[in-house]
Amino acid sequence: MTHADPRCVLTGTHFINGDAACCEGALAAGARFAAGYPITPSTEVVERFASRAPAVGGIFIQMEDELAASIALQGMVWAGQKSFTVTSGPGFSLMMEHIGLAAMTETPCVFVNVQRGGPSTGLPTLPAQGDMMQARFGSHGDYSTISLVPSTPQECFDLTVTAFNLAEQFRVPVMFMMDECVGHMTEKVVIPEASEIELYPRRRASKPPGEFLLFEPGPDLVPEMAHAGEGYNVYVTGLTHDNKGYPLMNPKMQRELVTRQFEKISRAADQLTIVESEGVEGADVVIVAYGITARVSRRAIQMARDKGLKVGLLRLICVWPFPEKLIRELAPKVKALVMPELNMGQVVIELERCAGGKCKVISVPHPGGTVHKPAEILEAIERGAQ
Amino acid sequence: MSTTPELAILNPVEEVLRKDRIPTIWCPGCGIGTTVNSFAYALMGTGIDLKKTAIVSGIGCSGRVSGYMALDSFHTTHGRAIPFATGLKLANPELNVIVYSGDGDLTSIGGNHLVHAARRNMDLLVVCVNNMIYAMTGGQAAATTPGNSMSTTTPYGSFEPEICLPQLVDACGAVFVARWTAFHVKQLERTMAKALKKKGFRFIEVVTPCPTLYQRRNNMGDGLAAMVDYKTRSKIKNGAPTYEVAMQPGGDIIVGEFVDREREDYLSRMRRQLGSHYCEFPEQVEDQEPEGCCSEC
Repeated sequence: MTHADPRCVLTGTHFINGDAACCEGALAAGARFAAGYPITPSTEVVERFASRAPAVGGIFIQMEDELAASIALQGMVWAGQKSFTVTSGPGFSLMMEHIGLAAMTETPCVFVNVQRGGPSTGLPTLPAQGDMMQARFGSHGDYSTISLVPSTPQECFDLTVTAFNLAEQFRVPVMFMMDECVGHMTEKVVIPEASEIELYPRRRASKPPGEFLLFEPGPDLVPEMAHAGEGYNVYVTGLTHDNKGYPLMNPKMQRELVTRQFEKISRAADQLTIVESEGVEGADVVIVAYGITARVSRRAIQMARDKGLKVGLLRLICVWPFPEKLIRELAPKVKALVMPELNMGQVVIELERCAGGKCKVISVPHPGGTVHKPAEILEAIERGAQ
Repeated sequence: MSTTPELAILNPVEEVLRKDRIPTIWCPGCGIGTTVNSFAYALMGTGIDLKKTAIVSGIGCSGRVSGYMALDSFHTTHGRAIPFATGLKLANPELNVIVYSGDGDLTSIGGNHLVHAARRNMDLLVVCVNNMIYAMTGGQAAATTPGNSMSTTTPYGSFEPEICLPQLVDACGAVFVARWTAFHVKQLERTMAKALKKKGFRFIEVVTPCPTLYQRRNNMGDGLAAMVDYKTRSKIKNGAPTYEVAMQPGGDIIVGEFVDREREDYLSRMRRQLGSHYCEFPEQVEDQEPEGCCSEC
């Protein structure tokens, strides 16, 4: 690991919103280049970036649409930089093709989605968590990727750094799934000294041109990277390709490539089980929640505890890959797992699968536009405790 | 015993080709390879640093060009070569970035990006191989397919007029606009060499035959017949106003260098306007050796 460049880190205590904190996180992570297209409620991230970038030799370019933004950022990465884009639902839909390209070409980058109500234009200024399945499965074909979900402006900073680190470590596009509430919520954000921010460096080619193979997997199945202009004559294609990067379209190569791209993530399941748990030990009912919904759940948990119920909270910080092992271990120990989400029940499908019938799984769906009332979650806790 | 002397047959442009990717996927009589030959000579003749040269394609028959060149090659998604190339150029201004793709890719699905890259005057050379058809997918009508043409999706003849590319990119502000056909190999090479050395958004349209999917369905003969056709119909008019260069079925094909002007490119303008707000950012000296070593080792 290396450390953040102090010239990019706004060390200090700030009172800023989640969007601003996300921008500072990206800068601290070493992203000096970004491409975007304006969309509520995410635009503040790139507005701040556009203002901050020139002073650190960076560039923000506003492209003509999200299709362009989501691939321009990958050009920036193959030119040797760290880059990201920021959007919300409708733009995220347009970016799907290039999330697939980034997965196929193993381009390390970050897609920030400040979620709003949908489908379609939906609720531009109001929150939802309706893009969670899209973050996992939105692009065509089979690929595996990583999705982080912050629940505070502080986490918008901290986890943006983590998102870039995971992107570099696994060479995948990482989905940073904020929501309108977290994005527009203003709170205290402490940005540490640059020397305290650890960064995962780009996995650069360790062999000279001629010997180096652009997609030769390392011991952890992740290949090293050479960029344009370094003399490697890289060949990067969205087609199924061999270790040289050359198109090779047959069932054998497809199996080798797609399987490896899945396994590089699944092998790291333990590292990617990123959760925060509170009062889970000995609880009868555990709320499993992520993002803003986890914060609302805390109030419901307090109300339930006041009634003498034993309730815990398992907050998912990394939703994809789903913490399967953790849930399989937890399910037999509780009466119920309750999952409130600002959607009609998406991640709960995975929760139910992993619980495997060992306990009740109660979904608390919500179409978005606002957050759950604590009473709605309390009612589900009470049902679960019976 | 007599020994047979070993014959060393060299392709004169093989230093810029990926020999291990040859033969190409292109059909006999196709014009794409002809344009690549001119491009290869232009690359070798200009003496630009090939290690600092990247080529980006979209999808389609012409989209395969990037993968045959011994450069940094990027075969991206359909229509999106230009925004990918934009990202490359912005993040490493030292790179010479060439977009080499087909008409359907660059002007239909990617038309919006063409318009805006020209407007921004992004420092890119765009070579558009115009075979007037979606060839890779089997011969469907494109925005460049001449009106009345037969294609698999226009079995009664197309009902749409074709787009005039030089006029479009000229109107958007491209600093260099030219058109040649696959017959004009030497002129094309010279124009490509000139364009490679110019700064700003440069656009070269190359009219090429698709004998398999366009010529044949429209009773236009094979690749050789197309060369005769281009030779007969082409009129060289350097500096012609681009509103006068639209192609008509059976009419003149106006070719030449139409636009060659100076306009500040995106990065130069950005640096100028930012002035002291922009700070050159030398790479940080690592506080410890990262895993693996650098590319120079």
